[in-house]
Amino acid sequence: MAITEICTIIALKQLSPTHFDMILDAPKLSEMAKPGQFVSILCGHSRTLRRPISICDALEGTLRLVFEVRGEGTEYLSKRKVGDTLDVLGTLGCGTFPILDDDRPVLLIGGGIGAPPLLYTAKAQKAAHAVLGFRNEAAIVLKNDFYNACETLMIATDDGSFGAKGTIEAPARLLLSKNKYSAILACGPKPMLKAAQSLAEEFGIPCWLSMEERMGCGIGACLVCACKTKDENGEEKFSHVCKDGPVFPAEYMVW
Amino acid sequence: MNLSVNIAGVELKNPVVTASGTFGFGHEYNEFYDLSELGGIAVKGLTLKPRLGNPPPRIAETPMGILNSVGLQNPGIEKFIEEEIPFLRKFDTKIIANISGSTVEDYIAIAEIAGNSDVDLLELNISCPNVKAGGMAFGTCPKSVEDLVKKVRAVVNRPLIVKLSPNVTDITEIARAAESSGADALSLINTLLGMRIDIKTRRPILKNNMGGMSGRAVFPIAVRMINQVYRAVKLPLIGMGGVATGNDAIEMMLAGASAVAVGTACFTDPMAPVKVRDGIVDYLKANNIDDVNDLVGQVILHD
Repeated sequence: MAITEICTIIALKQLSPTHFDMILDAPKLSEMAKPGQFVSILCGHSRTLRRPISICDALEGTLRLVFEVRGEGTEYLSKRKVGDTLDVLGTLGCGTFPILDDDRPVLLIGGGIGAPPLLYTAKAQKAAHAVLGFRNEAAIVLKNDFYNACETLMIATDDGSFGAKGTIEAPARLLLSKNKYSAILACGPKPMLKAAQSLAEEFGIPCWLSMEERMGCGIGACLVCACKTKDENGEEKFSHVCKDGPVFPAEYMVW
Repeated sequence: MNLSVNIAGVELKNPVVTASGTFGFGHEYNEFYDLSELGGIAVKGLTLKPRLGNPPPRIAETPMGILNSVGLQNPGIEKFIEEEIPFLRKFDTKIIANISGSTVEDYIAIAEIAGNSDVDLLELNISCPNVKAGGMAFGTCPKSVEDLVKKVRAVVNRPLIVKLSPNVTDITEIARAAESSGADALSLINTLLGMRIDIKTRRPILKNNMGGMSGRAVFPIAVRMINQVYRAVKLPLIGMGGVATGNDAIEMMLAGASAVAVGTACFTDPMAPVKVRDGIVDYLKANNIDDVNDLVGQVILHD
């Protein structure tokens, strides 16, 4: 079920050279939000396509969106002012991160702009540990939020300017060998998702991955945001990130 | 006030239908409004066998429009008949089955099956720019249009719409060929072949390199072609290409369309088809027009 809601911007601040943190007054959408879901926002009258943005948090009638400026649409969003309204379609995605009823924590693996949806996911779990990867120290976002939402937080940067140097793989492996986890939930660039999937296989735990693809309608009608998956019988097909996902069980992915 | 229009003997309760490929089989948009609000629904393009479609990315934004290269991903005609017709029949709206093939034999086979199913109209897609075999190749040469439409006509008892490609030198030639071979109506325009390149990677944004352009940017081209075709043939026309408002629909009807299809506008606003219909009503009221059919082809051309 999706609706459009006209939302007023309550707060907007810059988190890094390219990342912005926006809070919307969204009484209806915030009630509907599930971990891993996204909304799709109209970016002015001259753009045909809405921009899909993951839900970073949903709290007391508000939606928090942390997004990266990647092109004209997200630049438009970054230049709005507090008090402006946005036409927001949501909440979107039938494939969501599971909320696990398990005493073992989940391990969240996120990278870059894949980190924000994991915050809401972390808060929904009994307990969560997180490993987040960023390009460098300046690109780190939501460090304090994850620190508060997770029992353990490890950060890796590509250049070693903060935390472990390199990808999330080494710190994630360290946590996986020390602790027992119920699942790995991951969102980030494809190489990171593949790494999360192989770590889950190696340690014998289930894994869910949040996928990304260029979208059209956002609700499953136009079929543009295809991503290749296989079913139980190994038969390959194109699923659609907006409706079937964005979160898929890792074993269904075809890379 | 009369909003109903007649396309090849089928009465649509209002002149607004959805454009094939933008609306799936209606499930998603039915969450936003009752599909009975629509004059008709042109379903996602169907083929004889299920099709996977093209690899992603399948969409790129353009100034006031988009390119797509979905490549006719669909579950096949049989599954459509089993699962989707019963769903669509719950609504008081007409079903337009959009059908495609890779070969003449394919087209005949699917037309026969679709023609015997519980749909109201068939829309023969001879203008899809996103498939390697068939599609647009059939729709860009009058001879092949004639040959195909005749053969399909021979096996189909239902009203037959032929959907025209704008990627031709003279669309009236193609329209006449379709008319003389037995088409009952024409729909136009399908998408215009386009391309976009990422200047950082020097790669086309679409994995298929090229794709079909739609959205508001193509509207004037659609209006021009509809008017040319209106003056060239006697068949009713379903106009499409960039319709996003009631005023757009009025303009297209003045050019010669008996009905209009709303497509890409749904991505911007899921309510677009209903708003287009409401906009038509507003215009008729404001101008004291009792019958929407009185608009068709009423543009007064300069000498």
